[in-house]
Amino acid sequence: MNGAISLANMRSGQSGRIVQIEGGFGVNRRLDTLGLRVGKRIKKVSRQLMRGPVIISHGNTRAAVGFGMAQRIWVEIEQP
Amino acid sequence: MKKILLMGNPNNGKSVVFNRLTGANVIISNYPGTTVDFTQGKMRIDEEDMMVIDVPGTYSLDAGDKAEEVAVRMLEGGDIVINVVDATNLEKGLNLTMQLIKKKKPMIIALNFWDETKHKGITIDFQKLEEILGVPCIPICAVTGEGIKKLTERLKEAKFSKFDYKDKGKWHVIGDIIGQVQKLSHHHHTLMERLGDISTTPVFSIPLALVILFFTFKIIRFIGEGLIGYVFEPVFEKLWTPILLKLSAILGSNGLIHDILIGKLIEGKIDYGQSFGLLTTGLFVPIGAVLPYVFAFYIMLSVLEDCGYLPRLAVLVDGLMHRLGIHGLAIIPMMLGLGCNVPGILSTRILATRRERFIAVTLLSIAVPCAALQAMVVGLMGEHMVYGLGVVYGTLFVVWLVLGILMAHLVSGTSPEIFMEIPPYRRPYLTHLLKKTGIRTKWFIKEAIPFVLLGVFIVNILYTLGIIQFVGKYTAPVISGIFGLPKEAIGALLVGFLRKDVAVGMLAPLALNLKQLIIASVVLTMYFPCIATFSTLVKELGFVDMLKASAIMIVAVLIVGGMLNLIL
Repeated sequence: MNGAISLANMRSGQSGRIVQIEGGFGVNRRLDTLGLRVGKRIKKVSRQLMRGPVIISHGNTRAAVGFGMAQRIWVEIEQP
Repeated sequence: MKKILLMGNPNNGKSVVFNRLTGANVIISNYPGTTVDFTQGKMRIDEEDMMVIDVPGTYSLDAGDKAEEVAVRMLEGGDIVINVVDATNLEKGLNLTMQLIKKKKPMIIALNFWDETKHKGITIDFQKLEEILGVPCIPICAVTGEGIKKLTERLKEAKFSKFDYKDKGKWHVIGDIIGQVQKLSHHHHTLMERLGDISTTPVFSIPLALVILFFTFKIIRFIGEGLIGYVFEPVFEKLWTPILLKLSAILGSNGLIHDILIGKLIEGKIDYGQSFGLLTTGLFVPIGAVLPYVFAFYIMLSVLEDCGYLPRLAVLVDGLMHRLGIHGLAIIPMMLGLGCNVPGILSTRILATRRERFIAVTLLSIAVPCAALQAMVVGLMGEHMVYGLGVVYGTLFVVWLVLGILMAHLVSGTSPEIFMEIPPYRRPYLTHLLKKTGIRTKWFIKEAIPFVLLGVFIVNILYTLGIIQFVGKYTAPVISGIFGLPKEAIGALLVGFLRKDVAVGMLAPLALNLKQLIIASVVLTMYFPCIATFSTLVKELGFVDMLKASAIMIVAVLIVGGMLNLIL
């Protein structure tokens, strides 16, 4: 997991691959419903104020991920 | 009768397909979770009646939330599944498709948003997909109706898929299928997509939200006032008044029946605001004064819904809302509540936990004034419009915030984090807008007008019997002591339980000063939901939680009313 950072700490506009999702079956299941899983390439679109949700895009889907959940999703950044 | 189930991910146009198949009146919106209750309708194919059921949108069949539970349960009883897949997002649709395949139901796939795939540079070989899965695949565009005929024609070819896969390798299998049937060509970001991304960054989203909300309310007032000034008032004055005056003469210009039906004549004329008869004020308030605003509000809400702005608003306010113990999606019930609290409370079903629902419902019924009430408060304030309304709305907003924060700390249970798909912006379709606004307005007429009439009727009787004056005398110390209101205002406050808008109308002739007007408006808004809201509240929360919500409300209204009396 060299160089992986959490989705919450990614900068807007950065892309990367999900390398680990901390958390139990429930969290994984919820993320899985929208196709978010280890190995998936995502891009952070933006973040909201007051530790609000993080917006990501993957393929043609855009999703809002709560801040706490975003702290538990680890992403390996792709160098542009 | 054969049961046809319409299934698919949230927000992929199922309800539009449903409308196309059945011609039914179903509310279509562009945010997830609208269809928690299912809808059913009939269609006829080859002389055979079939029942079509619009199953709540679901991402999976694991029954993780209420919508999924309903979907799984309904799947058992269905004969054919029409699996609606968003063609612009094949992966997500195939995820559900794979799970449906395991359920061994005859299936047919409708690839919706086919027109959008072209703009997005997506080419899907639907015949190949049909070959792989072994079930009919039909490209459609539900909003224009393209492909719907083909879908019904091939419905009888629905069969269960023999496609086999292992759960563990699900995503691999999906990826493999997509690799075979889908080609992506490079496409430039469309204007809509750019707008979509920009409107989620705080720098743009906050000003954008303010601008959108400002214009929304401007337009609501423009439409509402236009309708009142140019349609409703003239109709009442020119067509209805002469009839009433004749009736008044027949009844002898006074007496019990005259007072109940027509009310008091003000200088020999009918005053729709003050006469307070069943056929004068009782009809004018809901139809002439409130309905135009409700109608205007529902038009604008439908526009925001259909173009997909509401989920973005939910994301924007999520940080704030979490401090109130509810998540961003709760902004949707709150906004609906500004039209009428009843649909607002019903839509709290989109929230996942009991705690969230309790907080949202309580906040709604205490601090979110409905369109009817707002229209009357606006009327009441008259020349003090800006300052008076500012104080009233400001107070309610503070109450909303403080109550929410308190409840977030005191109410036990959990509020899950937001995790939702943000649908692309879509152009609203006029026919759908009108249909939806029509359904909601009709609903309001059916629910509200009988209650106003009943309220005016009961109050007229109570007044004639002297009961209101009696109660007023004995509660006067509280009313005048804490709130600083004259004792005549108690009549209005009593009526408030039945219909608050009528109550505000009753305050108008009391010649209250500005401070009293503000206190009365705030107290009325907060102190009890109208009886329609109240019965919905009992239904949705249960008796015990209703008592809790009521206790919170009584304490809150005494504190806030008293404080306003001290401060102002």
